Amino acid sequence: MLELQGLTRRFGAATAVDAVDLRVPEGQMLGIIGRSGAGKSTLLRMINRLTEPSAGRILHHGRDVTALRGAALRGWRTGCAMIFQQFNLVPRLDVLTNVLLGRLNHLPAWRSLSGAWPEADRAMALSALEQLDIAGLAGQRAGSLSGGQQQRVAIARALVQEPAIILADEPVASLDPRNAMLVMDALADINRRYGIPVLVNIHSLDLARSHCERLVGLAAGRLVFDGPPEALTEEAARRLYGLEAAEAAAAPPQRVPVAA
Amino acid sequence: MSEVRPATLAAGLPRVGEYFGKILPTLRWPVLFAGSETEGSLAAWFYRLDSWAWLLFETANMAALATLMGAGAALLLAFPAARNLGAGMLARQLARRGLEAMRTVPEIVFALILVWAFGVGPLAGILAIALHTAGTLGKLFAEAIENAGTGAWDGVRAAGGSWAQACRFAVLPQVAPNLLSYALLRFEINLRAASVIGFVGGGGIGEELYTVIAQNYYEEISAIVLLILLCVAAIDLLSERLRHRLIGAPR
Repeated sequence: MLELQGLTRRFGAATAVDAVDLRVPEGQMLGIIGRSGAGKSTLLRMINRLTEPSAGRILHHGRDVTALRGAALRGWRTGCAMIFQQFNLVPRLDVLTNVLLGRLNHLPAWRSLSGAWPEADRAMALSALEQLDIAGLAGQRAGSLSGGQQQRVAIARALVQEPAIILADEPVASLDPRNAMLVMDALADINRRYGIPVLVNIHSLDLARSHCERLVGLAAGRLVFDGPPEALTEEAARRLYGLEAAEAAAAPPQRVPVAA
Repeated sequence: MSEVRPATLAAGLPRVGEYFGKILPTLRWPVLFAGSETEGSLAAWFYRLDSWAWLLFETANMAALATLMGAGAALLLAFPAARNLGAGMLARQLARRGLEAMRTVPEIVFALILVWAFGVGPLAGILAIALHTAGTLGKLFAEAIENAGTGAWDGVRAAGGSWAQACRFAVLPQVAPNLLSYALLRFEINLRAASVIGFVGGGGIGEELYTVIAQNYYEEISAIVLLILLCVAAIDLLSERLRHRLIGAPR
């Protein structure tokens, strides 16, 4: 169980995330929706501790992870794998090495810095790639792959971290519809198969509805919606997205309201 | 500035030409390819080619070793010196100020100090050039690192990688071609530096050049300068090709 208590982040005078309380039970696929600038990314980055909270606490199985430092912090980060909108791979390294970077924290320092990866880790990375149907790309430079392929490499990297939680920050926002579907399917599959809770920031309400069992909505840093996808009515979406939803409602029906 | 008088300039300029005239060898066509015993032949001009070639080889070695050592030190200091990697305040200040100090002091000054400490010879010259190289390359390296994107850095850090691991895997592969290119450029510059560091006892061809200049062995001056020029040009050409291939490599 992941629990956020009054989690807040201020950037100067602006409050990006405002006293968010949230409980995520084991095995849940949670979609976080809201327009750009609503604080979705900051929220996820705070959970991984890439961004320091200004106030509030993050508890995992009752353990306070808000103040972890050094090796304990790295251990926590390894345990909550992060997937980014821009994939954040190392473009000049090959795919297999990129996946192996998820194993860095499992190795002694000298071994990791020399790049002498244990055979067991290589096998693990390859099987993660296989699971995502891209084992054939293992030897290619990450930078030479398409966006959809790169995101699947990033998911493989997350898998070999053997995470307790997966955080996905707009994982499909840079992808075409087909690849977006592939990546969301992969995340949902991991969630079902291993029971790992997945917190995913997502623009597309369609994908959020079809892949998540629970949705929470952020507006101006505050939690304003929490419920199953069915509860996200036209009215609720309009409140969440403000004018944009109203504009979207006037548009042809296949256009999904999306935050710009 | 008051020392620059037009009259002095006018009087001195022809003498520059005169000096070049003096150091030019007297070559005679009929005996151009004769042995070194014959006055006016190429062989007589370069009569000590064997020892000069050896000295040039030593000079090139000095430059290579100094570049290697300097680049190594620069690499270690550039990561803490880069502003975007969030190294501790103290580490960053130490690295930046250290690089500045090494960069500001010219090789020849380092060499004067080191010759006093280690005695006359290549060791002092190599260390002197290496120190200055670390300073200049460290700044260039740090700037290259600062220009690298932060995406991969976030990726490695978010996966639980340490600061050192993120430097090694998220930054180094991205900037390596650039750093190598800078180091090669520095090697060209260091070859010139190594050619004159001998003036103050730092080893290499410079000592010989200093001797022949001081003793007014005019023809030998031009012979040695020509050799240095050829050597520098050759290495310039080689490293330029290498650098262009590095930078042009597909990303």
